[in-house]
Amino acid sequence: MPGGLSDRPALVDVRGATAVLGRRTIWSHADATVTAGEFVAILGPNGVGKSTLLKVILGLVPLAAGTVRLLGRPPGQANHEIGYLPQRRSFDASLRVRGLDVVRLGLDGDRWGLPVRGRRSRAVTERVGELVELVGASDYAHRPIGQLSGGEQQRLLIAQALARRPKLLMLDEPLDSLDLPNQAAIAALISRIARTENVSVMIVAHDVNPILTYLDRVIYLGQGGAVSGTPAEVITSETLTALYGTPIEVLSTSDGRLVVVGQPEAPARHTDRHGGSA
Amino acid sequence: MFSHPFMQHAFLAGTAVALAAGLVGYFLVLRAQVFTADALSHVAFTGALAALAAGLDARIGLFAVTIFVALGMGALGRRGRPDDVVIGGVFAWILGLGVFFLTLYTTTRSGSGNGSASVTVLFGSILGLSGSRAVVTAVIALVIGAVLLAIARPLLFASLDENVAAARGVPVRLLGFGFLVLVAGTAAESTQVVGALLILGLLAAPAGAAIRMTTRPLWALGLSAAIAVASVWIGLAAGYAIPKVPPSFAILAVAALTYLVTIAVGQLRHRRHVERRETDPANPQQPRIAALASSTALDEG
Repeated sequence: MPGGLSDRPALVDVRGATAVLGRRTIWSHADATVTAGEFVAILGPNGVGKSTLLKVILGLVPLAAGTVRLLGRPPGQANHEIGYLPQRRSFDASLRVRGLDVVRLGLDGDRWGLPVRGRRSRAVTERVGELVELVGASDYAHRPIGQLSGGEQQRLLIAQALARRPKLLMLDEPLDSLDLPNQAAIAALISRIARTENVSVMIVAHDVNPILTYLDRVIYLGQGGAVSGTPAEVITSETLTALYGTPIEVLSTSDGRLVVVGQPEAPARHTDRHGGSA
Repeated sequence: MFSHPFMQHAFLAGTAVALAAGLVGYFLVLRAQVFTADALSHVAFTGALAALAAGLDARIGLFAVTIFVALGMGALGRRGRPDDVVIGGVFAWILGLGVFFLTLYTTTRSGSGNGSASVTVLFGSILGLSGSRAVVTAVIALVIGAVLLAIARPLLFASLDENVAAARGVPVRLLGFGFLVLVAGTAAESTQVVGALLILGLLAAPAGAAIRMTTRPLWALGLSAAIAVASVWIGLAAGYAIPKVPPSFAILAVAALTYLVTIAVGQLRHRRHVERRETDPANPQQPRIAALASSTALDEG
């Protein structure tokens, strides 16, 4: 890669960070960086604080120790240049608001007063059409969003996050609660958009497989810190065993999927996640 | 009908209040906070009677207590959004207080005051508004409507997508409180028009109908206000034309009927849509056969 990733400016720079919610330390001494053009996954078992990491970077959760820089600024000051998709919100089935209007909120949802007819209003409508096209939602964007499937809603929400041409997309479990074909489709869509729209991606996931082929780097989060590198470097038995302090095995299936066995999470969920979906 | 000053006052105040109720109602339905408005209408009842029991103008108690309780409910809930337990608790307790004040009022002051005050508060007295009172009511309602339109888009964002809106810098919590104040103001206003018990009809039915008629939020907002205003106009006219019909009842009857009609039309459309789907893609010739069948049926008939 010409120039190398380390020469590019860091969009996200987290150093020696510790997050505390209530009186519980979620994680400590975590480092994480995302540079321009990168597709990075935040991985780790349930409840390890992956979403909290995104919220810390956005300034929605205060930091107990360490430093965070987002686009070179303190957290909370550059959010308008970020496309943020929080963890799975499915809209109530009775919600009768068009997908187009939900996408539009990403453009002018924070403006006071009513939209005035004119050049700006036309430009907004045009941009909404562009975004809907970009995520391939033209066929159903005019329908009430409550009546759309999970995958269709997710595409429209990605369009909303992209509305103001952000430099970085922060996606929190965008594949959660989608069926396997939809997971693959949304993962491919995000990767394509990252390239064509020139936007970096920071994606939180509990299963790396749907996004594995698109990833530049993974950040594996544990209570005592984070390990970062290419998937091949990080998702190994040695690295994860060192990170979690308990024996962990990484198995590779014949079709290239990775199965992580022995992650420290609730036993019931554990069997479900790695027996069923992985 | 407009030669009577009391009808002029009723139309002036009624139109403005309906406008506010329609606008606020849309967001109540969207945010699933209709129950909040219901609780606040009971607060309005209690507030009015508390003021009467204290020998004050009922309207002072109406606005002060309703807005105060709305803010309190918001503070108890998350991000300025009271939950069911908070609403239920406030609801019952405040209504109980209202009964207390009613007893206090009727036992200590009914000799000097108006004995039918509780009926007026519960069911409205739109035809009894004086000129100055109608103007004040209209001005307050117009201010509520204007504020709501000013915050419409961020409020829509916060209502549909709290977390993204918050990340975008929309003051979600403040909007939640601001909206509660608007709801409280509207509840207090509507109490004078249709009465505390019937407020919900004017807040929920027009908005419910509008939401079924269009999926564009800003259009639905305007439509909701239009339906509310039309309900008040038709209701007042009906109340005038038919002496036995109280205007409160007529207003709510129109609003409720509009809502029922939109439900019926929606279901009819849905059924036709499903039928078309079943015939169309599977066999493109089928519609023609269906048409032929229906034409022969007509011939036979």
